[in-house]
Amino acid sequence: MPVIDQLFASLRAQRRKALMPFVTAGDPDLEFTAAVLAELVARGSSLCEVGIPYSDPIADGPVIQASYTRALAHKIKLAQILEMLAAVTPRLTVPTVTMVSYAIILRHGLARYVADAQRAGVAGAIVPDLPVEETAELSAICRKADFSLVQLVTPLTPRDRALKIAASSTGFLYYVSVTGITGERTELPQSLIDSVGWLREQTPLPICIGFGISTPEHVKKLAPAADGLIVGSAVVRRMAQASTKPRDAVLRDVGDYVESLIKALA
Amino acid sequence: MPASSSVPNSAGRFGDFGGRYVPETLIRALDELSAEYAKARVDPAFQAELDDLLHHYVGRPSPLYHARRLSQECGGAQIYLKREDLNHTGAHKINNTLGQALLTIRMGKKRVIAETGAGQHGVATATACARFGLDCVVFMGEEDIRRQAPNVFSMKLLGAEVRPVTTGSRTLRDAINEAMREWMNSVETTHYILGSVVGPHPFPVIVRDFQAVIGRETIEQSRQQLGRLPSLVVACVGGGSNAAGMFYPFVEHTGVELVGVEAGGRSSQPGDHASPLSYGQPGVLHGSYSYVMQDEDGQTCDVHSVSAGLDYPGVGPEHSYWKDAGRVSYTCCRDNDALAAFNSLARTEGILPALESSHAVAKAMELARSRPETDTIVVCLSGRGDKDAAEIARLTAS
Ligand SMILES: Cc1ncc(COP(=O)(O)O)c(C=O)c1O
Repeated sequence: MPVIDQLFASLRAQRRKALMPFVTAGDPDLEFTAAVLAELVARGSSLCEVGIPYSDPIADGPVIQASYTRALAHKIKLAQILEMLAAVTPRLTVPTVTMVSYAIILRHGLARYVADAQRAGVAGAIVPDLPVEETAELSAICRKADFSLVQLVTPLTPRDRALKIAASSTGFLYYVSVTGITGERTELPQSLIDSVGWLREQTPLPICIGFGISTPEHVKKLAPAADGLIVGSAVVRRMAQASTKPRDAVLRDVGDYVESLIKALA
Repeated sequence: MPASSSVPNSAGRFGDFGGRYVPETLIRALDELSAEYAKARVDPAFQAELDDLLHHYVGRPSPLYHARRLSQECGGAQIYLKREDLNHTGAHKINNTLGQALLTIRMGKKRVIAETGAGQHGVATATACARFGLDCVVFMGEEDIRRQAPNVFSMKLLGAEVRPVTTGSRTLRDAINEAMREWMNSVETTHYILGSVVGPHPFPVIVRDFQAVIGRETIEQSRQQLGRLPSLVVACVGGGSNAAGMFYPFVEHTGVELVGVEAGGRSSQPGDHASPLSYGQPGVLHGSYSYVMQDEDGQTCDVHSVSAGLDYPGVGPEHSYWKDAGRVSYTCCRDNDALAAFNSLARTEGILPALESSHAVAKAMELARSRPETDTIVVCLSGRGDKDAAEIARLTAS
C-alpha cells in the first residue's frame, strides 16, 4: 500500500486529523530546509509538502512566490533538492510529497521524475498546474509506481467534475478553500465546510483542505470537516526570517507555530 | 505531416502543442469561454457586430501598400506592407480586443484584465473597454512602463488602471503571470483579454481567429492589386498573434512561403535574445505546451529584445506546430538590424514602424535582395512606431 494511503488509514482508525505544513525547498538554502523538515516532524506534523521552486508559479501568492525567487536566485537545481531529500527522508517518520509545476516534471521526463523522487524517499506529487484532462500519462506512471498523484478541487469545480477528479486522484484529494492564489486569509468561505462535507460522502479518498489557513481558529473550525489541513504561506513567511535572524530561533518559531496548529486539531 | 488549418482539436491541441496547463480554479472560466466562443462563432449577429466595428471604428480593411522606394533601395523583390499600423490605436491588437470585449459582454462580465508588453495590447484593451463601458486593469512590467511610456499615458486617459509589475524581469512574461494570478482571484466576475496566441486553450484559437482578418484581407487585396498571391509573407513573432492572423488563411495556399521573425536581440547566446522557435525546445509556460526558452530544470530563462512586444520567452502553440510541420520558416533578426530597418522605412516611405514590426521589415528587406523583381513580399506592418521614438532616441544616443 502506498505510504500516504497507510498514513490516512491509520489516522482514520485513530480518529485523528493530519496537519500538513508546506515548505519551500532551498529558502534560503537546503541545509535549512532539511532542518525545518526534521523540526516539523518532531512537532507532530503528519506529512510534509516540499515546494520545488518554479520561475512562473501562477497559483501562488506573494509569500510563496518570493520564497521561490529567493531559492532560484541561488541557482538551486532539482537534483540538489532531491539529494537533500534523499538524505533527510530516512530520518523522517512521516511521508513527504513534492508540490511541483508540470513545466519541471515534463522537462525532467515524467517517468524519470517519479523514479528520481521515489529514490529520494518522496511519496507523491501535487502538480498545481495539471488539470485532470491532462493527467492521463503521468497518472499511469504514478499508479504503476505506487507514487501518489494528489489532485485539486476548488470551490468553482462543478460537482460532476469534482467526482471525476476524485476518481483520478490518489493519496488524498486537495480541496482548495478559496477562489484565488495561496496566501494567508483572515476569513475563509462559509460554504467550505458544506462543500467538503458533500465531497466526503462521495469518495473514500481522504480530503485535505489548503490555501489561506493560518490560525488555530481556522484549524478548530475546519478539522472536523476534513482528513487533514495544509498550511503553506504562514510557515514560509516564518521560514523567510532565516535570512536575517539566528536559525535556531527561526526553527523554534516555526516549530512552536506548527505545534499550536496541531494542538488545535484535537 | 503537412500542416492543416483544421486545428486545434477539442482539447486545444495543435498536433502535440497547446493544451491547458493551469490551476483547476481557472478551468470553469476557460470552459465557459470555449462554450461562449463556439456559440458566437456561428452567430451571424455577433459576426455582423464585430464586422461593423472593424469597419467603422477600426477603419478596416487596412491598406496593402506597395513600398516602391523601399523595394528600390533593396533592389529585388517588390515589398508590400499590410498596414495594421493604420488601425485605430495603431496596431493589430485592436482586432482581438474588440472581439474579446464582445465575448466579455456575452458572458455577462463587466470587468476586464489584460497584460501588456509594448503597451499596444494594453491600449487596445483599454480602448475596447472604454467603448463598451467595462472596467479595465492592465498589468505591465516596470521595465516596459519605462520604455513604452506614451502608451501608459494613453491607457490612463482611456480610463484603465495600469498596475506596475515588479516581479522577475519586469517585462511581458511577468505581466502575464500577474494577470493570471489576478484572474485566479476574480475569475467569477472578470474576463482576461489575453493579447496574443499564447496561454491555455481556448486563447490561442480565439486570438488567431480574431486576427485572421489580416490574412483574409491580404489574400483578397493581393488578388485585386497583384492579380495573384504573394510569393512570400513575413511577420514578426512575439507571442505570435499578428503572424498567426496573417499566416493562418495562407496555410493551405502551399505555394506561398511564410516566414516568422523572432527577436534575435544582441546575440544567439542564452539570455541575449527572445527566439524560442530558433533556439528553444518544447516545454510548458503560461498554460500551454510550445517552444520556450527554459533551462534543463524547466525554469523559464530571462530573455532580451530591444522591442518590448517581442521580449517574451514563449510563443503560441500553433507556431510550434507550423514549425515542426515545416509550413512556416522561423528565423530571427537582431536588435541593430531592426533599428536599421526602422530608419530605412522612415526615410524611404515616411512610415515609422513599431520596433516589433521593424524586425519583419528587416527580414523582408534581406529576403527581397536575394529574390527577382517579379517576386512579391508582403510584410505585416503590425504597428506604428510613435511609441518607440523616445526609446530609439535614447538607444541611438548612447
Ligand atoms: C506592433 C506590435 N507588433 C507585434 C507585437 C508582438 O505580438 P504578437 O507576436 O502577438 O503579434 C506587438 C506586441 O506588443 C506589437 O505591439
